[in-house]
Amino acid sequence: MNGTRIFYVLAALFALCVPLFGIYPIFMMKLLCFAMFACAFNLLLGFSGMLSFGHAAFFGSAAYATGWLMTAHGCGPIAGVAAGVGVSAALGLVVGALAIRRQGIYLAMVTLALAQVVYFVCLEAPFTGGENGLQDVPRGALAGLLPLKSDLVMYYAVLAAFVAVYLLIRRIVHSPFGQVLKAIRDNENRAVSLGYDIDRYKLLAFVLSAAIAGLAGSLKALVLGFVTLSDVTQANSGEVILMTLVGGSGTFFGPVIGAALVVTLQEYLSDLVGGWVTVIIGAVFVVCVLAFRRGIVGELAARTFRR
Amino acid sequence: MNRTHSALLSFMGIAALGGCGSALGAANEVVIGDIDDLSGNYADVQGQGGIEAIKMAIADFGGTVLGRKIVLLTADHQNKPDVGASKAREWADQNGLNMLIGGSNTGVSIAMAKVAGAKKVPFFAVGAGGSSLTNEDCTPYTIHYSYDTTSLANGTASTIVKAGGKTWYYITADYAFGTQLQNAASKVVEASGGKNLGAVRAPLGASDFSSFLLQAQGSGAQVLGLANAGEDFSNSLKAANEFGLTKSMKPAALLAFINNIHSLGLKSAQGLYLTTSFYWDLNDETRAFSKRFFEKMKAEPTMDHAGVYSATLTYLKAVKAAGTTDPEKVMAELHRAKINDMFAKGGYVRADGVMVHDMYVMQVKSPQESKYPWDYYKLVKQMKGEEAFGPITGLCPSARR
Repeated sequence: MNGTRIFYVLAALFALCVPLFGIYPIFMMKLLCFAMFACAFNLLLGFSGMLSFGHAAFFGSAAYATGWLMTAHGCGPIAGVAAGVGVSAALGLVVGALAIRRQGIYLAMVTLALAQVVYFVCLEAPFTGGENGLQDVPRGALAGLLPLKSDLVMYYAVLAAFVAVYLLIRRIVHSPFGQVLKAIRDNENRAVSLGYDIDRYKLLAFVLSAAIAGLAGSLKALVLGFVTLSDVTQANSGEVILMTLVGGSGTFFGPVIGAALVVTLQEYLSDLVGGWVTVIIGAVFVVCVLAFRRGIVGELAARTFRR
Repeated sequence: MNRTHSALLSFMGIAALGGCGSALGAANEVVIGDIDDLSGNYADVQGQGGIEAIKMAIADFGGTVLGRKIVLLTADHQNKPDVGASKAREWADQNGLNMLIGGSNTGVSIAMAKVAGAKKVPFFAVGAGGSSLTNEDCTPYTIHYSYDTTSLANGTASTIVKAGGKTWYYITADYAFGTQLQNAASKVVEASGGKNLGAVRAPLGASDFSSFLLQAQGSGAQVLGLANAGEDFSNSLKAANEFGLTKSMKPAALLAFINNIHSLGLKSAQGLYLTTSFYWDLNDETRAFSKRFFEKMKAEPTMDHAGVYSATLTYLKAVKAAGTTDPEKVMAELHRAKINDMFAKGGYVRADGVMVHDMYVMQVKSPQESKYPWDYYKLVKQMKGEEAFGPITGLCPSARR
């Protein structure tokens, strides 16, 4: 366990010192938001065994809620983000309640269909700005004191939120509740026969995942200062699946690595190769599925375990 | 165990290296950024040709200003507002961006204008049409250069209503630009005594216009107003021809570029009225520029190509006159000086950011009238800038003071 601890200490040091390395803070914040999004997705897929094809709906609806409240109603960042998380959690409750009645591909299709509904609402609703999206979302000041306008302050705020979420997910998974989730993932019938009301567990997992995805979306809206349809599109749902699987579903740090890989590739390849970036990321995914099915972190962990 | 984590760490290292982008723009450079659609629906209207035109302008200016090297950055916004806005922000934060040129797509340009306004970078909207850029979405740093939806509607719609096209039905590109163009045209049609019978919104980059055309046909209107642009315009007009719709309805191009007419062919496009800020065959100066452009791109320049060339020169001249790249001083100079080059004569930047210059209402020639390659337009009317762009609406807060 010592190695893991060293790794976390080094990762934390790296994260704290990012501004010293001259790394573009907005890029790091975007990366952290997507890492948080992937962790939320992983809670559902990796630890509860439910594959959602529509997670962008939670990410995007929270982003729109935050963006709208802060631009049109002058809410502060905490109220805005809290409202965003609330909206995505409520949406998660509705979508989850409908989706968990089915399993496997049917569950995925239900989430996909409902996410498309959310997409069209965001496209047509009067307050979302349609194809233009919401612009000029202010960052405001944290608790009225700490102005988030500086990228540096914002970075540490996002980092703090990310660390809190990461620890929360670890706590959830290690709790008795998390153990039941894993049991349901591994053998649903057995969990039923042991007397667990599995629908409740699944629904709570769904709502938690949606809420965390929403937090990621709300923070992204604050960081970049705009919310657009890209946040709610099907492509975004697909990307988070990719991040989780490439990094390693069912591992704690895997989604973070996956998100880092995908966001970095998108950011720096799009200048070089333009539209080909989709093809390259697709190829990475194919290689991942063929060569290391457990994902990067999953595979490394499995090798260590074997040795 | 240790190997696992050292591998993980090296992975993070790679990610971190990726994060270390380009260094900050050096103080001995003037950085011009161009963010445009380089691969999609509007790539032929400006795109690579626009980049070439900016390069021509930089070369014509001598490659340096105030003894500083002029550097050009380019990026493809893929018609996504978030891509364009993040790129603009990144350049402003990381590369010391001095001037931003926004290419086609109003939605993306609005997003970029907001970032440029917040970062105090002079923003030239050249390919985008939506007049909201200088109204409700204006910033003190935006200049709307080549044309806008108001001037297009004032040119084309009023000419057609006067020629007898009284009832209109629109096929509208389903985003900011399309709706603004349709609204502007509707107002002009009504003000000139015509009537609007309805509209259907088609998604950007639609490939099948048949259902929209059938709706238009069902309306019984005399004029089919095409409130779209680029390939959408070409495709919808082509489909209208194939459906025989052009026999019962008169198509009106609310925004057409010369490359659209070239790809459609005069047979399908003849008789079409359109409004443009530039035509290559207007006078000796435009012909000289267009000849040089043609050598590079194998096509005559659109009004956006000419506009982006002129915008770059105008900015560089303002920097030279102001003796600094300080955004406030350069903007003051831009608002003060008259613009005289091959694109505009006596043009000036109004308080709300509109660059007021003459616009030309053109009619597409028939194949018989066309005497030489790219001989496509005949001039119907030259509109004075004030007539074309109308008065300041007062919707822009910085123009109200």
